[in-house]
Amino acid sequence: MATKQVKTLKIDGMDISSIQGSSILEVAREHDIYIPTLCFVEGLCAVGSCRLCLVEIEGSGKLLPACTTQIYEGMSVITNSEKLLKYRQMILSLMFAERNHTCAVCVSNGHCDLQAMLQILHMDHIKVPYMFPRLKVDATHDRFVMDHNRCILCSACVRVCDEIEGAHTKDIEGRGIKSNIITDFAQNWGDASSCTTCGKCVQVCPTGALSEKGKAVSEQLKRRSFVSYLKSMREDVL
Amino acid sequence: MSSKVKLATIWLDGCSGCHMSFLDMDERLIELSERIEYVSGPYIDRKFQDYPEDVDICLVEGSVSNEEDLHKVCIIRERSKKIISFGDCAVTGNVSAMRNIFGPKECLAHSYEELSDEDSIKEPIDIPKLLESVHAVHEVIDVDYFLPGCPPPSDAIFYVINEVLEGREPNPSHLTRFGK
Repeated sequence: MATKQVKTLKIDGMDISSIQGSSILEVAREHDIYIPTLCFVEGLCAVGSCRLCLVEIEGSGKLLPACTTQIYEGMSVITNSEKLLKYRQMILSLMFAERNHTCAVCVSNGHCDLQAMLQILHMDHIKVPYMFPRLKVDATHDRFVMDHNRCILCSACVRVCDEIEGAHTKDIEGRGIKSNIITDFAQNWGDASSCTTCGKCVQVCPTGALSEKGKAVSEQLKRRSFVSYLKSMREDVL
Repeated sequence: MSSKVKLATIWLDGCSGCHMSFLDMDERLIELSERIEYVSGPYIDRKFQDYPEDVDICLVEGSVSNEEDLHKVCIIRERSKKIISFGDCAVTGNVSAMRNIFGPKECLAHSYEELSDEDSIKEPIDIPKLLESVHAVHEVIDVDYFLPGCPPPSDAIFYVINEVLEGREPNPSHLTRFGK
């Protein structure tokens, strides 16, 4: 009988113990230690795509994402430092510069995780030049809109569609700067026959990239708590 | 009178909303007026040519979009000690910079030819030429402080001006953000 072992570690100098196999982010959250992230959604696989949760680990020369790094015995983690803040600010700058996030005219203005992150990281401007790419808005679906201008490629929509809904309508095409969210075989969303119109992707999207048609800006609030609920329900049944 | 801090504001490619929000400081303007002399900007009848040589603080609303903006922004940098990017258009380009996705030619053709009732479009005269792309102010000149928001809330404006008056470095991110 294999029982789960308990590991002890330090986070920001605080002695902590948690179950083997937990990620640094999970353990930090258990102890109310805030680590910024835009791609982590409770109940979905962690992929470390946004890089905002990078932390310093004693003895390691590189920064590692807290959401995909498992704890180990004797580990010592720093979640907040001048160095980390600088990296996180640059990451956020690159996200804003890479696409056309014109916050003032966004459906998610006022309830956007990307926008809120500016304030969390004390940022009042973007440190690199904007790229202004020419991107599409896919409004072919009856109920939802995908605005690629506002996408940060966190992949939450891809993961929820695959892991929770089981449809795998969404995926990512291309690499690097050319990466892009697609539906089915890079078709218009309205023509993607595998889409069940469940709307989970819209709810987990941290920005205005996915929105519901016919709703005012003030009504575009996202609800994410259903993910971990659905997942635990399924685990109970299995 | 001469001991007062000289404050100027300037309106480049923006909607004037930031200047409206400045007025929303309401009675706090009276408080400010005891320490500040307003020397240039849209609130008073004074031509830009008369922008003083020794401005202490200048708030810049709007992005740098045409040759006139470029000319003005270079002059205010020479003549002002502290420059504050005032509002999202100045800080990020914002709505003004949405044309960068298409470029000025395509934008002008769509707005003034395709959507026009006129058959022939006259060559514009005596208006400043659009730059190839719209720039945030700090891409063109050195900017000392940033005050984002569309428009920045009056509380944030009041906070930033006061911090600068006190010789402190303002970071208004607790009061405002892009799109606020």
